[in-house]
Amino acid sequence: MTRLITRRSVIAAGATAGTLTTLPISMVRLAFGGTREDFSFTYISDAHIQQIKGASFVRNWDMGLKRAVAEANLITPEADFVMFGGDLAQLGKKEELDHGGEMLSHLKGKLRCVMGEHDYYFDLGDYWSKLFGPQWYSFDHKGVHFVVLNSILTTDEWTFHRWPTAEQRMLEMAGLDNPNGSPFMVGDKQRAWLKDDLDKVSKDTPLIVFSHSPLQKIYKGWNFWTDDAEQVQALLQPFKNVSVIYGHVHQIQYNQIGNISFNAVMATAWPWPYPDTYAQAGAHVPVLTVPMNRADPFFERDATGWQMIDVNSGRVTARYQLWDNQERVVAYDPKLGKPVDKKYQEAIIRKAPQQHY
Amino acid sequence: MARIPNVQKSVGSTLLALQLAALLGVCGWATAEPLGLPKVPVPADNPQSPEKVALGDKLFHDARFSIDGTVSCATCHNDKKAFTDSPLRVSEGHHKLTGTRNAPTVVNAAYYTSQFWDGRSPSLEDQSQHPMVNPVEMGLPDHEPVLKIVREDPAYVDGFKKAFGKSGRDVTMDEVKKAIASFERTVISGDSPFDKWYFGGDRNAISDQAKRGFDLYVGQARCVSCHVIEQTQALFTDNRFHNIGVGINRIQDDVPRLAAAFLKAKAAGASVDKTVLADPKVSELGRFAVTDSFDEIGAFKTTTLRNIAMTAPYMHDGSLKTLKDVVKHYNEGGKSPADPWPVNPYLSGGIRPLDLKDQQIDDLVAFLETLTSPAYVAAQTK
Repeated sequence: MTRLITRRSVIAAGATAGTLTTLPISMVRLAFGGTREDFSFTYISDAHIQQIKGASFVRNWDMGLKRAVAEANLITPEADFVMFGGDLAQLGKKEELDHGGEMLSHLKGKLRCVMGEHDYYFDLGDYWSKLFGPQWYSFDHKGVHFVVLNSILTTDEWTFHRWPTAEQRMLEMAGLDNPNGSPFMVGDKQRAWLKDDLDKVSKDTPLIVFSHSPLQKIYKGWNFWTDDAEQVQALLQPFKNVSVIYGHVHQIQYNQIGNISFNAVMATAWPWPYPDTYAQAGAHVPVLTVPMNRADPFFERDATGWQMIDVNSGRVTARYQLWDNQERVVAYDPKLGKPVDKKYQEAIIRKAPQQHY
Repeated sequence: MARIPNVQKSVGSTLLALQLAALLGVCGWATAEPLGLPKVPVPADNPQSPEKVALGDKLFHDARFSIDGTVSCATCHNDKKAFTDSPLRVSEGHHKLTGTRNAPTVVNAAYYTSQFWDGRSPSLEDQSQHPMVNPVEMGLPDHEPVLKIVREDPAYVDGFKKAFGKSGRDVTMDEVKKAIASFERTVISGDSPFDKWYFGGDRNAISDQAKRGFDLYVGQARCVSCHVIEQTQALFTDNRFHNIGVGINRIQDDVPRLAAAFLKAKAAGASVDKTVLADPKVSELGRFAVTDSFDEIGAFKTTTLRNIAMTAPYMHDGSLKTLKDVVKHYNEGGKSPADPWPVNPYLSGGIRPLDLKDQQIDDLVAFLETLTSPAYVAAQTK
């Protein structure tokens, strides 16, 4: 095994021992007993590019996305493709999508995007679609079937009839704990499309689904929630090997429900606290999740970051690049049948997270 | 509390201090720390002794440990220049060869948890061996010439016998490194006007302008988060590494090529020490060269600010001439007038525009000028 830079050696650096990255690729395959080709892709999410006025944008959010793009471009050899997980803009403005899109244009490799609510509720995804294409679609890559969903839709009444202006609609959906908000959903039309799409795929084929909101119910007040999550999950459960990767929550989360593994990705903009630290309402953060370390607010990039996703025999390993903090690796453990943190899963070696909101 | 003045300018004065310490009944080899500093950390396998310190002092000043007999540790860490080579931008080695980095002071280096600007060395002991064999510093092919001298020169034979009870082939680089490190652990200094004001309670020790500067230092200017001041002591460092936009701004477009080429060379066995001092562009990769971590591209160690007014020019590359230039660099969010636009994308999240006015910048500089210890007020660095 040569020690020349593979993406694995580059990305493993800084993370301490014990990760699969230090193993020769052939051994990784043996360990998983699979025959499919392993590959990696880059996942950047939740940039929240925000216009102040004219050509002036919030510097902090700009710096987060620029840094993720610059670092993702250093991976050698290049990742197979890049995903952007939604919320490129803060208030869905053309200027914000253009500015963010310009930064994303510096990425090497094919870019695919997921729709976030901050991209959507100003013009209902019209300009976003002109820049980035369809809002839901599927593709195949090296033996894995990928599905991209727009999971941040809601009722027609809320979307089309409740608000006097597009600006107000956007602002209402952008708020947390806002009684005027509305729960996200994939919706009948898209679920029918999903069923149709999946009907053509063998149940042995590994499936990776990208959504912006979690396709599981964690905390409704912040829309860490998809209202028809159970119905979407029911379409995915027949597959033996399913992974859902979502943004929106700006924090490390992972879970296992039946055959479905869940991984959340980081924002490049800011971290959210864990909703179970918010005392005024109950939340259901997956018990499996080892929370992020407490962030030092002096470092405005702390608790933000991006990730490299390794796909080994169709199973996901999320390598979190956490700026000014410890890198984390969450990988599906075939013996346990669920994702685990490669270093901090045992309670005794965890670092203290933020305990209060 | 009585404090022993910290004067370490020569073997003589060191020994004087030792005798003074002994007279005062200080336990073992331990002087009281100057105001503002904690106890010097000493590794268990290299306890301080007067004999070892004296030997280290001699080794530190011996120019024979270089290829042309002109460069000692003290050439770039000159006692008379607050243990730097100010006002040089980057250090000069044998035959006037230059490296890529500004000589950091040895004063209070004993408190760092890693050595060199990129922390590539874990201890003073380890650090001391590298410049001797770096091609642009002391230039020896290996450490054999050093060992030959210390095993044969009668003064050293005597010194190593006294310090370690060893002679002949039993004297190795291990003893040489330990002696130099022991000497460096005596080069500490606090007792600055700031210390007298902040820790000593002397209200008149610093000016009103410097006090305004201190308020900025711990407030709007955001200095204290990395250049740490604590309740009872001030090391002015967090011992971490940060990309503050120095050097890296200029080469940011080259980072993908440089990072890939560097990692490839490193994997093939290239020395980090030699590579980073030989190539000015690779040098700017900073801590990344040591850890391969993207998070540390262009990141360098937070240095102490003690005696900072005496150690111009500033930053790892000596690129900023005055303290005012330094404060302005931070004020612009990690950018200097000579840098291209925009700031590099790998910038630390701690660095952002500060919106300081001219008067505030001057106040901050006035505060930084209160950090000079009595021993270095007269340093010949201007």
